[in-house]
Amino acid sequence: MPKEVLIEVRGLKNQFGPNVIHEDLDLDIHRGEVLGIVGGSGTGKSVLLRSIVGLQAPRAGSVKVFGTDVRTASKAEMAKVENRWGVMFQDGALFSSLTVRENVEAPMRERTGLDPETRAALADLKIAMVGLPPKARSLYPSELSGGMRKRAGLARALALDPDIVFLDEPTAGLDPIGASEFDALIRNLQTSLGLTVFLVTHDLDTLHATCDRIAVLAERKVLVTGTIRELMEVDHPWVREYFHGPRAHAALLAAEG
Amino acid sequence: MSLRGRLTIETLPETQRSLGAAEAGGQIDMAAVEALDTAGAWALLQAQKRAEATGHALEIVNLSESHRHLLETVAAAMPEPERRRRTIPGRPDDGLANLGQEVAQGLRGSLTSVGFFGEVVAHLGALVLHPTRLKLTPLVHHMQEAGWNAVPIVSLMGFLIGIVLAFQGSTQLKPFGAEVYVVDLVAISILRELGILLTAIIVAGRSASAFTAAIGSMKMREEIDAMRVLGLDPIDRLVLPRLIALVLLLPALGFIASLAGLLGGGLMAWIDLGITPGMFRTQLLANTDVTHAIIGLVKAPFFAVIIAVIGCHQGMQVSGNAESLGSHTSRSVVQAIFLVIVVDAFFSIFFAVWGL
Ligand SMILES: Nc1ncnc2c1ncn2[C@@H]1O[C@H](COP(=O)(O)OP(=O)(O)OP(=O)(O)O)[C@@H](O)[C@H]1O
Ligand SMILES: [Mg+2]
Repeated sequence: MPKEVLIEVRGLKNQFGPNVIHEDLDLDIHRGEVLGIVGGSGTGKSVLLRSIVGLQAPRAGSVKVFGTDVRTASKAEMAKVENRWGVMFQDGALFSSLTVRENVEAPMRERTGLDPETRAALADLKIAMVGLPPKARSLYPSELSGGMRKRAGLARALALDPDIVFLDEPTAGLDPIGASEFDALIRNLQTSLGLTVFLVTHDLDTLHATCDRIAVLAERKVLVTGTIRELMEVDHPWVREYFHGPRAHAALLAAEG
Repeated sequence: MSLRGRLTIETLPETQRSLGAAEAGGQIDMAAVEALDTAGAWALLQAQKRAEATGHALEIVNLSESHRHLLETVAAAMPEPERRRRTIPGRPDDGLANLGQEVAQGLRGSLTSVGFFGEVVAHLGALVLHPTRLKLTPLVHHMQEAGWNAVPIVSLMGFLIGIVLAFQGSTQLKPFGAEVYVVDLVAISILRELGILLTAIIVAGRSASAFTAAIGSMKMREEIDAMRVLGLDPIDRLVLPRLIALVLLLPALGFIASLAGLLGGGLMAWIDLGITPGMFRTQLLANTDVTHAIIGLVKAPFFAVIIAVIGCHQGMQVSGNAESLGSHTSRSVVQAIFLVIVVDAFFSIFFAVWGL
């Protein structure tokens, strides 16, 4: 059975001044999968995420999310799409003048007509689901640790129970236990909610633990996609280095127990 | 009872309504439910809890595999409802306490300002001993930003003030046939007071806010902390260049504004009263002593110190959030303008007592 394509990127080109980041980049994301995006620092993973969610106007190419072209969509069409995705930015991007609970409530306040009590209760639920302690609810982002900010960012991304979440390095800066809890959480949400996850990460353990498919960004495009097993066979210097380096072996051993 | 359709965040109010009937216990049949998300699961569990609280059992049956999974996940995370203790800061019966707190906070604020001022003076002293420590690039940058770029607005302001003074003066003096004293009126008020005072106010609005915003956003992004651990002194690097730039250039700006004011006044006197530029010049040189201009310019460095110190100090006090950046920026402008006017009043008294 052909899988339903939620996001379709075709011929994407991104450029800052003379600096070409992406050229002729194609990528498909299917419903219900966890797609890992890997690539060296500065290969444009965050820029790819930004162009898919419409924050970065590409020079050329098309990006379709749920069949809607994010470049040409009208405001009303975009609002529908935005209701169905959640984004967690690399550095959290929490609203600094709101508490954690208010941050998580913010999308609900904008996009649903829920009463304040329900909103707060749902926000508390999301905060608990991402593993933040209850006392974090009323703290401001500047009073959180780096890892707690990540979790709060995820809670906000999940606020509207989206179909797809974009996570930019969710486990970077978490302690190993917290990181594996995070992996388990993403996997769990994926199975129970049928969530589709676009996951940018450098964390090999996360790749092993959560991803169904991995896309490698190199040479300005998506070089290859496939499962870890498939990628381990690929004959490209960077890919080989990445999946056969000492860290990769440790992660593989850990994953296979 | 049986539920059907989508139990998601969009349909949450309806779900809650239909679950209201289930609180007496019984069974909820989920066979016809198409979609369930965390909001729907939360509503179900909430209903179950309420039923239990009244001693009934509410069973959820015919769950699909993934829905049961979701329900378990949500159940594991169900937060304890917390008692909300709300303190309402502006409650009327707290009026006296609030007033006291505000006064105390204000006093503490001005004390730390004085402390900061002392610190800046100490660093200035150290700078005099080791002048090479001053970095020229930021100094020149701030001289351009706060000084040179303010020239157009400041001269326009001076010119317009000159016009207004000459016009108002001429209508008042004409009935007495004392039109020619318009020159003295314009010259003395602009050179002695208005030129420099209004320049300081404009610079306070432009630069105190810019200083606070720049330093405050560095504070928010931990750049100040990064400087400290690198052994760079934030006062040396951020405050002194701004302070010195303003001290050097505010007198110049005030001088430019005063010249523009005389120009505007002269123009208006010519158009309105027929006082030719030659007459204006003769009258100006004959009757207006140069001490007026000196008195005006002497005040400028003091105003510059006030503006720079308040702007930088407010920036240093910004805490982690965007709101505090905004409130400190506006506070810095208000305080700087207010203090400039207060100090100007003291100068007036001082010079009056000295008979200047
Ligand atoms: N707004 C911008 N203006 C100019 N260049 C930019 C901008 N944003 C990103 N870039 C450039 O695009 C390239 C890719 O950046 P990007 O942030 O996507 O990297 P990344 O793959 O996410 O790296 P990392 O793994 O370190 O997060 C970098 O070379 C960066 O300098
Ligand atoms: Mg990035």
